[in-house]
Amino acid sequence: MELLFEKTVSGRQTSYIPELEVPFYQYEDKYLNEQSLDFPELSELDVSRHYSELERRTFGINQGFYPLGSCTMKYNPRFHEQVASLPGFCDIHPLQSLESVPGAKFIYEKSEELLCKITGMDYMSFQPAAGAQGEFLGILLIKKFHEKNGEGGTRSKILIPDSAHGTNPATAALCGLNVVTVRSTNEGYMDLNHLRELANTEIAGLMLTNPNTLGVFDPNICEITKIVHEAGGLCYYDGANLNPIMNIARPGDMGFDCIHLNLHKTFSTPHGGGGPGAGAVGMKELLKECYDEVWKVKAFHGHFLVVVRALCYLLTLGEKGIRDSAVQSVLSANYMKKQLEDTFTIKQKGFCMHEFVITLEEESKNYGFRALDVAKAFIDYQMYPPTMYFPQIIPEALMVEPTETESKETLDYAVEIYKKVYQDLKRDPDSAKDYPKTTPIHRPDEVSAARNPKLRWRKET
Amino acid sequence: MGNYLGVTKEQQEEMKHVLNIQSTDDLYRDIPDSIFQKEGTDLKEGLSQLEVIKIMKQKAATNTIYASCYRGAGAYRHFIPPIVDLIAQKESFVTSYTPYQPEISQGILQIIFEFQTLICMLTGMDVSNASVYDGATAAAEAIAMCVEKQKKHVLISETINPEVKMVLKNYEFAFGIELEFIPEKNGKTDLHALPSLITENTACIYVESPNFFGILEDLDTYSTLVKEKGIKSILGVNPMSLGILKSPSVYGIDIVVGEGQPLGIPLSYGGPYLGFMATKQELVRKLPGRIVGETIDHDGKRAFVLTLQAREQHIRREKASSNICSNQALCALRASVYLSVVGPNGFRQVSNSCAANAHYLAEEMFKIHGFYRGYPGEFFHEFVSVSQIPSNDIIAKLEEHHILAPLPLSENKLLWCVTEVNQKEEMDFVLSLLKEVSEDGIAI
Ligand SMILES: Cc1ncc(COP(=O)(O)O)c(C=O)c1O
Repeated sequence: MELLFEKTVSGRQTSYIPELEVPFYQYEDKYLNEQSLDFPELSELDVSRHYSELERRTFGINQGFYPLGSCTMKYNPRFHEQVASLPGFCDIHPLQSLESVPGAKFIYEKSEELLCKITGMDYMSFQPAAGAQGEFLGILLIKKFHEKNGEGGTRSKILIPDSAHGTNPATAALCGLNVVTVRSTNEGYMDLNHLRELANTEIAGLMLTNPNTLGVFDPNICEITKIVHEAGGLCYYDGANLNPIMNIARPGDMGFDCIHLNLHKTFSTPHGGGGPGAGAVGMKELLKECYDEVWKVKAFHGHFLVVVRALCYLLTLGEKGIRDSAVQSVLSANYMKKQLEDTFTIKQKGFCMHEFVITLEEESKNYGFRALDVAKAFIDYQMYPPTMYFPQIIPEALMVEPTETESKETLDYAVEIYKKVYQDLKRDPDSAKDYPKTTPIHRPDEVSAARNPKLRWRKET
Repeated sequence: MGNYLGVTKEQQEEMKHVLNIQSTDDLYRDIPDSIFQKEGTDLKEGLSQLEVIKIMKQKAATNTIYASCYRGAGAYRHFIPPIVDLIAQKESFVTSYTPYQPEISQGILQIIFEFQTLICMLTGMDVSNASVYDGATAAAEAIAMCVEKQKKHVLISETINPEVKMVLKNYEFAFGIELEFIPEKNGKTDLHALPSLITENTACIYVESPNFFGILEDLDTYSTLVKEKGIKSILGVNPMSLGILKSPSVYGIDIVVGEGQPLGIPLSYGGPYLGFMATKQELVRKLPGRIVGETIDHDGKRAFVLTLQAREQHIRREKASSNICSNQALCALRASVYLSVVGPNGFRQVSNSCAANAHYLAEEMFKIHGFYRGYPGEFFHEFVSVSQIPSNDIIAKLEEHHILAPLPLSENKLLWCVTEVNQKEEMDFVLSLLKEVSEDGIAI
C-alpha cells in the first residue's frame, strides 16, 4: 500500500485557520527555516481514505478473538470513549487551579478509593504512563525507603523470578539495582529454597507477578513475602495479571508493599495500537513519605483520560461485577484449556488462572513446525494469535488469555480451530511456512529489516 | 449491575460441568484460605451505563472550560481539525495492541512508519522511534542514551520546563547520574558559563528552545561549544515552532526530543500526550522503544515490521536500552493525521499565526503603563511580562471574564502563551482589561 508521502500532490490543501488579523511577524534570517517541510499535501478526503484503508489492515478486538496472553484484551466498552471526549475532560489545562477542576479531582479520588479497596493498598498514584513506568516508580519507592533507613548503599540487589516479564529486570537495572534471578519449580511456583538462599541483607526487595506469567497462582505467596520482609526487603507486585483475582485475593493481603496496575489491561481501557495505557501505583502507608520525594515520573498528572475510562468501568461493574469478571476469566481459560489438553502440551497441570501456556517444543523437534507457524495459521480463521515465545523459560510457547468478555461460542470455535490447525500441520508440516494465506502480506523478512534498517520514507532523488 | 461477560449463567454451568467442578471457588485452590475473599453478599452492585454517563457528564461539567486561554507552559490549546478525532476513534486503532503480528497489523505498522518519517521531516533528523510517554520522559530517555559508566555527568539548562526538570531530578536518583544546571541569565541559558562546567565525565547537555520563558536559545553558540568538547547535544523543541524556525538538524544536534501534544492532541488535563525522539543514524541502536522498519514479504511485497528489537526489554531484559513497553501509539496517530491534513503550508500558517499573535499581544501589552517585558531576546509564542500590578490581581481580573490567565511565575511575573486560536478581538479585549487594571492599580 502507498504511503501518505507517495500520495502527495503539490498544492493540495484544506484550510483550517483564518488569515492573519495582526501584522505578520518577520524573524531575522538566522532563526528562519529555509528548508521546505516535506509533509504530504493531501485533501481531507485523501487522508480519510488513507486511514480507512489502514484500518482495514489492522486487526482489533472489534474484529475477532484476541487472546494475547499477558495483555488482557477484554472488550473496551465504547461508551467510555464518549465520556473521555467530553469537553469538560478534554479541554482543561493541566496547570489550571485545583479549584477550577473539581470533576478531575473526583476522577482521581474515586478511582483511588475503589482501586485501593480491590488491591488492599493505602494510596494509589496515577502518575505512571504505563505498567513499565509503574514498575519504575515502585522500585524508586523501594530504593528511597532503604536510603531513608541508611541502607541505600548496601541493598543493591533485586530478586526477580526467571518467569518475569522483560520490563521487570529492565526497570530494576534502570534504577541501578543488580538483578538476581530466582528459579521456578516444575509446577511454575517460586523455588522457596532458592529464595531463602538469596534473601539476605543485600536485597532491596522482590518483584513478582502473581498469578505469574505461567498463569499459576503461587500458593506460597504469603511465605514468599515473609521471607523477603524478614531479610529486610520490600515486595513489589507487578499487577499485569490481576484480572483473575480481582475481589478474590488482594496483593495487599499477600504481603506486597507496592504494586502497579495496568489500567489498559485489567480495567478495560483500550490499548490504542500500542498505547497509551496507564499504570496506577498502589502503596502501603510505610511508603507514603518516600512517594512524596519520588512521585514525579512524568509531566503533569498522568494519563488523565485513561483514568476517566477506568473509572467508568469500575462504576459500571461495581464490586460484584468486578469479581464476576475475574471468575469468568478463570472459568473461560480453564474451559478452553481443558478441551485443548488432549491435543496440545500445556504447562499447567491443574487449574490455571486467566491464561495458560502451550508448548510446541516436541512438535518442533519431531515434526518441524514451530509455535510461530501455529500462531500464523490461526490468523486465517479471523483470530489474533496468542502471545508467542513468552514466558521465555518455556520453549516454543503460546500463551492464551481468552478473557471474560468472549462468548462461549467464540471459545468453542477457537478450540475447534486450534485443533484443526494442529492436525493440519502435523499431517503436512511442510506447509507450515505457507500460513497465513489470507492476509495482505505473508511472512515479512524480519532479518533483512534489522540488518538493513529502513526506518523512514525518503523522497527519491 | 453492568458487566461485559460473554457467557450466560447457563453456559457457565455447562463450563463448570466440563471442568467437573461444583463451584468456581474450586478453580482457586492455590489461593491460601487466609487471603481468599469468598463470594460475598456485601459486594456492591455497579450502575447502568445510563447512570454512569450521567455522573460523568455532571462531573465533567464542574470543570471550568475557559472561553479563552493564555496559559501554555508545556501544554497548549490549538485548533484540532475534527477529522483527527474521528480517525483516532476508529475501532481497530483503538482496540488493537502493539503490532506483534505484522500480517494483520500492517495498518498500525504503517501508521508508525509514517509517524517516524513525519518526525524526521519535522526535526530534520535521520531516525525516530514510535514514541515515548511524553516530552519529559523523552528528555530522560535521551540522557540515558548518552550516559556511560565513566561518563555520568549531565548538564541541564536552568531555563527548561520545570515539569521536565522535576522528572529529570527523579531520573538522577534512579540512574545514579550527576545532574548539574547551567545557570540562566536574562531568560536564556548562560552559555558563557557553560565551558567551565564541562568536565571529562560530561556525557551530554540538555537545552530547550524555545525555553520555558518562550525565548529562543542561542543554538549556534550552543552547538559549536558542545561539538568542540565532543559531548552529545540534546535539544528539546516545541514542534509547533518548527513550521517557521530553523530545523534542529542544521545545528548538528545529536538528539531532538519534545512534547508532541500541540500536534492534534487535546489538553486533557495533562495526558495522555506524546513524547517524540529523533536522532542521527549512528545512534539508532541506542534509541529506546518500538521502531518500525520497512521490508518485503515472502512474495516481495512491501511490508512493515517491528525491528531492531534486540534493544528492547522483551529480548534483552536487564541489558535493554530502556524499560518501555506500551507507548503512545494512538497519540502518535493523532499527530500524523494532524500533520497530514494541515500539510506543509497549513503547518507553516499555524506556526506563523502563533508567532504573529504572540508578538502582537506582547507589543500592545508593553505599551500599557506598568507592563514591561520580562526578558529580552527573540521568542516564539510564549513570553514573560513584569508588571507593577501584582500577578494575582491580573489573574483575578481575567478569571472574571472566563479567561485562563497566564501562568504566574512570581508576584509580578507572568508567562503568557498565545496560539492561532487567540484571535485579535479576544486579545484586544484582554488588552483592555490590562489597561483597566493598570489604571486602577496605579491610581492608588
Ligand atoms: C507481566 C507484565 N508486566 C509488565 C508489563 C509492562 O506493562 P506496560 O506495557 O503497560 O508498560 C507487561 C506488559 O505486557 C506484562 O505483561
